[in-house]
Amino acid sequence: MKEDIILEVRNLKKSFKGQVILNGVNVSFPRKKITAIFGQSGTGKSVLMKNLIGILDPDEGEILIDGQDVVRMSRDDKRKIRRRLGYLFQDAALFDSMNVGENIAFPLVEVLNMKDKTRIRRRISELLDWVQLPGIESKMPSELSGGMRKRVGLARSLASEPEILLFDEPTTGLDPILSDNVHKLIERVNAELGMTCIVITHDIAGSFGMADKIAFLHEGQVLAQGTPESMRGVEHPVLQRFFEFSFASKDSAAVRGEVNE
Amino acid sequence: MVRTMKKMFTELKTVQLLEELGRFTLFVIDILRWSFRRPLRPRLFVHHLDHIGVGSIPIILLSGMATGMIMSLQMINVLAFYNSDAFAGAGVGITLARELAPIMTALMLIGKNGSAMTAELGSMRMSEQIDAMETMSVSPIQYLVVPRVWAATLAFPVLTAMANVVGVVGSYIVSVMFRNVDSAAFQHYLFSLVDPNDIFAGLIKATVMGFMVGVISCYFGYHVSGGAKAVGDSATRSVVVSSVSILLADYLMATVLLQVLP
Repeated sequence: MKEDIILEVRNLKKSFKGQVILNGVNVSFPRKKITAIFGQSGTGKSVLMKNLIGILDPDEGEILIDGQDVVRMSRDDKRKIRRRLGYLFQDAALFDSMNVGENIAFPLVEVLNMKDKTRIRRRISELLDWVQLPGIESKMPSELSGGMRKRVGLARSLASEPEILLFDEPTTGLDPILSDNVHKLIERVNAELGMTCIVITHDIAGSFGMADKIAFLHEGQVLAQGTPESMRGVEHPVLQRFFEFSFASKDSAAVRGEVNE
Repeated sequence: MVRTMKKMFTELKTVQLLEELGRFTLFVIDILRWSFRRPLRPRLFVHHLDHIGVGSIPIILLSGMATGMIMSLQMINVLAFYNSDAFAGAGVGITLARELAPIMTALMLIGKNGSAMTAELGSMRMSEQIDAMETMSVSPIQYLVVPRVWAATLAFPVLTAMANVVGVVGSYIVSVMFRNVDSAAFQHYLFSLVDPNDIFAGLIKATVMGFMVGVISCYFGYHVSGGAKAVGDSATRSVVVSSVSILLADYLMATVLLQVLP
């Protein structure tokens, strides 16, 4: 059966001042599934994400959302279609002049045009409950820990009700327990809200436990993509080193193929 | 060899300058384009007007008063040679209205608000807050830049008008109360020699300068790239470029306005 693809990248190229970062990326993202893109630092993961979300424009290639090429769209059309995507920044990128409640209200007011203050307050409270941080509406971002900031960032991203949610290295800088919580949260976003999740990470062990599909980005190209099980068979020295470092010392379930089964 | 390298370096600098000018022009076009598109967000405009305008009243009153007093003191010393010290009020009034009040207000606000605008937008850029807004399909130009620019454009002439009034009051205090100039003569020459055109010319200048300072300050903040040092460098560049630009623009506007509003 043909895979239901919501987002597809074809031959995407991006350079900065002559330095090639993405050199013909081809990758597809199945609808309502979790796809993890992993690779070493500096392989262009964040640049790929920023191209997907529209912060950067590619030099060449196509980004298709439900078959429509976003790259060739007018600025206004891009802006409209971008509403179908949400993005959780590595450091959450909360507006530091606004409190938590105002941060979450921002997409409700500005994107969904909600005007009823009681409804907005209720929705903020629901979203904070959902990320397990009830009652912190009046706190400022500077008063939050790293893990809390990420969860508030997630609540803000969920507020605009996107179909596709992109996560930029969501576990970087978190301890293993918090990292596991974030992975569980991504799984909940996918399972309970039915959103397509795209996660860039270098946490291969975590992504093996969570993702339906994995893409391996190396030197500006996707060298392999498929189910976590199929990735174990890929003979690439960097990929094998990743497996070695991520699983060998842990005797983890994933290396024995017991995850996602 | 050295000459070739120097030539290449000069050419590179020229290309960079042209690139920057092009980017600045597109930024101004974007501001104008987003200024008239919905949603208009009057609440943000009022917030920045309060911050730039109301928040700057004490410093403008203080500097306006001081300028009027100092100018009177100096002018009376010269005019006393010709027994014309009653003209001090008129002299201060015209100079303040046409030149000093707009320039002084602009320079004070560049230091107080222009650098703050650059630093605020710069730190938002560094911490990806501007990108976050973009990902939510909210135009950061419309949300962050447009209200600041128009608030500065409106606040500058209003504050300049205040500086005019307190400057003349300062001049009156020094002339009449400290230097025994006749009060009736002071008022007579002030009201007969200071023309409404002088005041209009100054307010037009202040409006243009307000727009310029708003745009330049936001431009340098919006386009910061690098680390924390880059934000500081941008704030410095923004103050220098704003100050030099308003002085140049002042000369050009003075030349035109002396013909249009003599």
